[in-house]
Amino acid sequence: MGLEEYKGVYIYAQQVDNKLSSIAFELIGKAKELANDLGTDVTAVLLGSGVKGLADELGAYGADKVIVVDNPVLETYRTEPYAQALSAVINEYKPDIMLVGATAIGRDLGPTVSARVATGLTADCTKLEIGDFPLNPVPGKENEQKHNQLLMTRPAFGGNTIATIACPDNRPQMATVRPGVMQKLPKEEGRKAEVIEFNPALEENNRYVEIMNVVKAVGSVKNIMDAKILVSGGRGVGSKENFKQLEELADVLGGMVSCSRAVVENGWLEQAYQVGQTGKTVRPQIYFAIGISGAIQHVAGMEESDLIVAINKDEDAPIFDVADYGLVGDLNKIVPQLTAALKAEMGK
Amino acid sequence: MNIVVCIKQVPDTKGGVKFNPDGTLDRAAMLAIMNPDDKAGLEAALRIKDETGAKVTVLTMGLPKADAVLREAMAMGADDAVLVTDRVLGGADTWATSTTIAGALRNLDYDLIITGRQAIDGDTAQVGPQIAEHLNLPVISYAEEIRVEGDSVIVKRQYEDRYHELKAKMPCLITALSELNEPRYMTPGGIYEAVDKEVTVWGRADLKDVDDSNLGLAGSPTKIAKASDKVPKGAGEKVNLDPTESVNYLIGKFKEKHII
Repeated sequence: MGLEEYKGVYIYAQQVDNKLSSIAFELIGKAKELANDLGTDVTAVLLGSGVKGLADELGAYGADKVIVVDNPVLETYRTEPYAQALSAVINEYKPDIMLVGATAIGRDLGPTVSARVATGLTADCTKLEIGDFPLNPVPGKENEQKHNQLLMTRPAFGGNTIATIACPDNRPQMATVRPGVMQKLPKEEGRKAEVIEFNPALEENNRYVEIMNVVKAVGSVKNIMDAKILVSGGRGVGSKENFKQLEELADVLGGMVSCSRAVVENGWLEQAYQVGQTGKTVRPQIYFAIGISGAIQHVAGMEESDLIVAINKDEDAPIFDVADYGLVGDLNKIVPQLTAALKAEMGK
Repeated sequence: MNIVVCIKQVPDTKGGVKFNPDGTLDRAAMLAIMNPDDKAGLEAALRIKDETGAKVTVLTMGLPKADAVLREAMAMGADDAVLVTDRVLGGADTWATSTTIAGALRNLDYDLIITGRQAIDGDTAQVGPQIAEHLNLPVISYAEEIRVEGDSVIVKRQYEDRYHELKAKMPCLITALSELNEPRYMTPGGIYEAVDKEVTVWGRADLKDVDDSNLGLAGSPTKIAKASDKVPKGAGEKVNLDPTESVNYLIGKFKEKHII
């Protein structure tokens, strides 16, 4: 394999119901940085049925090119036709880097495609940069050090360790990237991407599965990843009813309520509101951790918040190790008073 | 019907995380358990066995001590167990791991392969779909519900805001979520029998249609450039005051930062 044949930073532009997912724009934002370092450009790969119209939006967020595979068989996500389409794009256009969102789709499509094109895949990355591999040259083997490599950093071991991984001998260098971690660029109305239509033959084979039913969650759950302010509760909140106090605090600040895993396990809130390793990664401007002890799995999902306020009666709770401001005390007394005080301040 | 469940022995990261005095992880002090998603996959297989009399084989790749999770699985009700262990297989990334497991699976009869969605040590969710790729099988990941209907399986496949009900013809591979079920406990009789049961042990030579260049550390396309235990972010200020003073303190900080 001639590695030098592989060029450009590609992202998988995930769409669901012909609407682009936020991760597509986040990936473009990061890809632009990587492409600048490499002196190349950013290509978005758009797969679906009747999706060509979405290319403009990808352009407005920074994509230089958009490769569109438009085929009725791609109307709803299924592993096999999507894997055939993305593998065909990789084989035809030979990207140096291929980024995919670490979503419920990307974490299925990524591994399937990476195995099909016989390259490595690094999962759930939280940091991507261009650098050397090995990081430092081995004495006597300086000329074996490879430059312009994608260095992919990810948490492992339940968030307890951090590893930086390279894929020096295979192309493309593939990573899935945690949603909510990379920043999208400001939208530039009227900025156009070059649109390339590509029609690989997609063959129905033994690996096709049949979609019998698509059941969407009832109602429209607002996404906690979009909230500027999160008021998050844990086991210490004590009951479903007690979350009302947190909601009132969130309302005053125009924020949303979220929670730790224990709350979901107790049935107080739905999984959609869960922050952490098995929930969502959030980075709001202010994160209130109320009655949350701060298990490493939870911290992994919120530590990038701009400002963290912890309220907990246990002064040794690990959450205080990551909090900017920690209040030791009874949340049932502090939270209502805080809500009232903020209301008074904001009414001034 | 033959079901093979792929399981992994993992350190218990939930609550049981231990640190050395220098802040690095004390892996030796941590409990080794059956990975939770895998255990749910095993339970799903055992429920199919209860209904249809299917034969359930568990398979793991790991160090010789991983024998313990295989015996636990047999004590829960699995019929057979295979341990794939060999020094040349060490240091494998997901590509090399899935290549190895696929090489072992080629020796077994299967209608259905179940893996966990992801292991709690690596959290990659890659090995299941990659095994399916190597074996050219249909894959359904993130299963919340599995039922067998004739020569097919019907699976509730979870996404962030919806689920798909999917039907796949067997043979196929499914990756299981821990939400799938509440795994049963080992039975005293099961434990008694599992102690004496034979665990089949395979090494490199027993893997079918696998090239050396795709195994172990050397056969892994991804390479670790740097690994470190995580240094926690420095703590900020912590106050222990009465509620009114606490609130005043925080409001003061918010004003300082021009938040309000």
